[in-house]
Amino acid sequence: MLEISNAVTYVFLFISLYFEVFLLITYFENRTDMKKETQNLFEKKLKKFPTVTIIVPCWNEEKTITKTLNSLLNLDYPKNKLSIMIIDDGSTDNTWNVIQKFKNKKQIQMFRKENGGKYTALNFGLSRVQSELIGCLDADSYVHKDALKNIIYYFEDKETMSVTPSVKVWKPKKIIQMIQKVEYDWGVFIRKMFSYLGAIYVTPGPFSIFRKEVFENLGGYRHAYQTEDMELAVRMQSNHYKIVNAHEAVVYTVAPDTVKKLYKQRLRWTYGFIKNVIDYKHLFKREYGNLGIFVLPLASISIVSALYIISIAIINLAFQIFDFYSKWSAIGFELTKPHLNFDWFFINTSFMTIISIVSFMGILALLFIARKMAEKKFAFSMDLVYFLTLYAFISPLWMFKAVYNAIFSVKTYWR
Amino acid sequence: MQNRKIDWKKYIYTFFITAIIFGTAIFISNYFSQKKLAEIRSIQDTISIDILSSETQFSLLEELSCKDVTTEVLSKELGNLEEKLAYTEKDRGSTDSEVQTLKRYYSLLQIKDYLLMTKISQKCDKTPISIVYFYSNKGDCEDCEKAGYVLTKMRQDYPELRVYAFDYNLDISAVQTLISINKVENKLPALIIGEKVYYGFQTIEDLNKYLPELEELRKLKNATSTQATTTKIK
Repeated sequence: MLEISNAVTYVFLFISLYFEVFLLITYFENRTDMKKETQNLFEKKLKKFPTVTIIVPCWNEEKTITKTLNSLLNLDYPKNKLSIMIIDDGSTDNTWNVIQKFKNKKQIQMFRKENGGKYTALNFGLSRVQSELIGCLDADSYVHKDALKNIIYYFEDKETMSVTPSVKVWKPKKIIQMIQKVEYDWGVFIRKMFSYLGAIYVTPGPFSIFRKEVFENLGGYRHAYQTEDMELAVRMQSNHYKIVNAHEAVVYTVAPDTVKKLYKQRLRWTYGFIKNVIDYKHLFKREYGNLGIFVLPLASISIVSALYIISIAIINLAFQIFDFYSKWSAIGFELTKPHLNFDWFFINTSFMTIISIVSFMGILALLFIARKMAEKKFAFSMDLVYFLTLYAFISPLWMFKAVYNAIFSVKTYWR
Repeated sequence: MQNRKIDWKKYIYTFFITAIIFGTAIFISNYFSQKKLAEIRSIQDTISIDILSSETQFSLLEELSCKDVTTEVLSKELGNLEEKLAYTEKDRGSTDSEVQTLKRYYSLLQIKDYLLMTKISQKCDKTPISIVYFYSNKGDCEDCEKAGYVLTKMRQDYPELRVYAFDYNLDISAVQTLISINKVENKLPALIIGEKVYYGFQTIEDLNKYLPELEELRKLKNATSTQATTTKIK
């Protein structure tokens, strides 16, 4: 039994190390291109400014909506080419009144409808849009003034159908937000790598921009287990539509500030991922390139491997507690005397330990690159420590529940 | 149209790099593992020489006085060896052939030491302060782990106490003879103290009761340390 368990762990460790090496190679392969893209953004001027509509669906966002709209109004983009469409999805708080202060702004249109969920609000907006490009922005997110220009640059390629931004956490204050900051920095890096692999499978709610044809040809947003942004991306991939990432287009989002809120959000994301992957299982094929043979299979395996490794860790912890209890009941509580003479013999040099250390170093290297990419420099800060020490303890909470819900078809709720 | 080109070369290179990292990790782990086994063998050899030396010393006893026989260093080394062997057994598994061989050798060394100590005690008219402990790793001995903790603690508190631990199921004739001579039944954990066999888990208090010499040792130690302190203060 132990041998089987060890063999499974080795397989998972091999896969995770393979993934790390693959990402590092992809990064070094495309580093020059990435720098060139950044340079072009500053040097070359846009040939054309297409018309853009940003749909802002909101539900009870009275606290953040003003800042969201101000950030959109401050975008460095010709005013006559940019429209903002606010869809109040039946807010029960003061959101509708708050947005009234923008009613005189020519760029802004506002609508109010009965509550039906985010995807209905987006579709409500889509049915009224006339522009060449359409984007959406969650009402708890803020855009950098250059974000749209940096995104439009990628639409100069006629084949590009959607461009995703780099999403970062807005002013993280609490530990739980700092942990997410590292995670989002990692997201900046991974999304760019997936972009080079032609394998982006989420077009994030905050500020992903699409050509109008996407919706004309493929239809609007779907409920998709409340992960409409992932479903739309995989639907596009299913139709071989090109999605790329604009790593210099920065959008900030307000991260959940309590474990409970984070749990709910991540449960929805993980559950949505599992269900969408099942719905689009036909993508696991060679004809879908790196997405079909590498990215989606790896993303699916990572859930299974994370659950497996966490389970093993919990079992080991249980054994250790039992051992401690057994020792305590035999000889009572006693502080272990520190070994004054260091003996290398007792250093764990097992294969599992060595390979885990190598794998951990790989993760550190990738986090270093991700941080450098997201923040333009690497600065060590406590958020890395929080992420490395605490994330492994909180992520199992939603992972186990999401898998349980997916197996037993238990619905997950956003709110 | 999304780019669906698959760079197979990259996948193969990645595989080789990952395999090389894995191979290197296996090599490093094996290297240290062999070094550790070599260290255990070296300790066993040292102990073997020490026992031989003690035996020779014992043979000369008729010409020497009892106080000249030294065995304390050996006791410490046996403890050190046991600690390392237990660690290796946990690391490599009790079914590992190397571990089995080392355990056999270790058991023989323990028996030799046990016999020597018994002889010295008889000759010098001392009561041997030793515990022979039989355990099982087969999963059929619930209290063996607890018994192990108690004996480790006892040895820490009384370095003079010799604890000889034997795997009841170890396939070695000398151990099986020791079991049959002392009529030790398969009701583990089992302890031989003096000439009596005790079955089941024994607490520290029980062991102190069975070995009153330990209490005397403790008193003697306390008295010596108090005297040393007093002398220092003076």
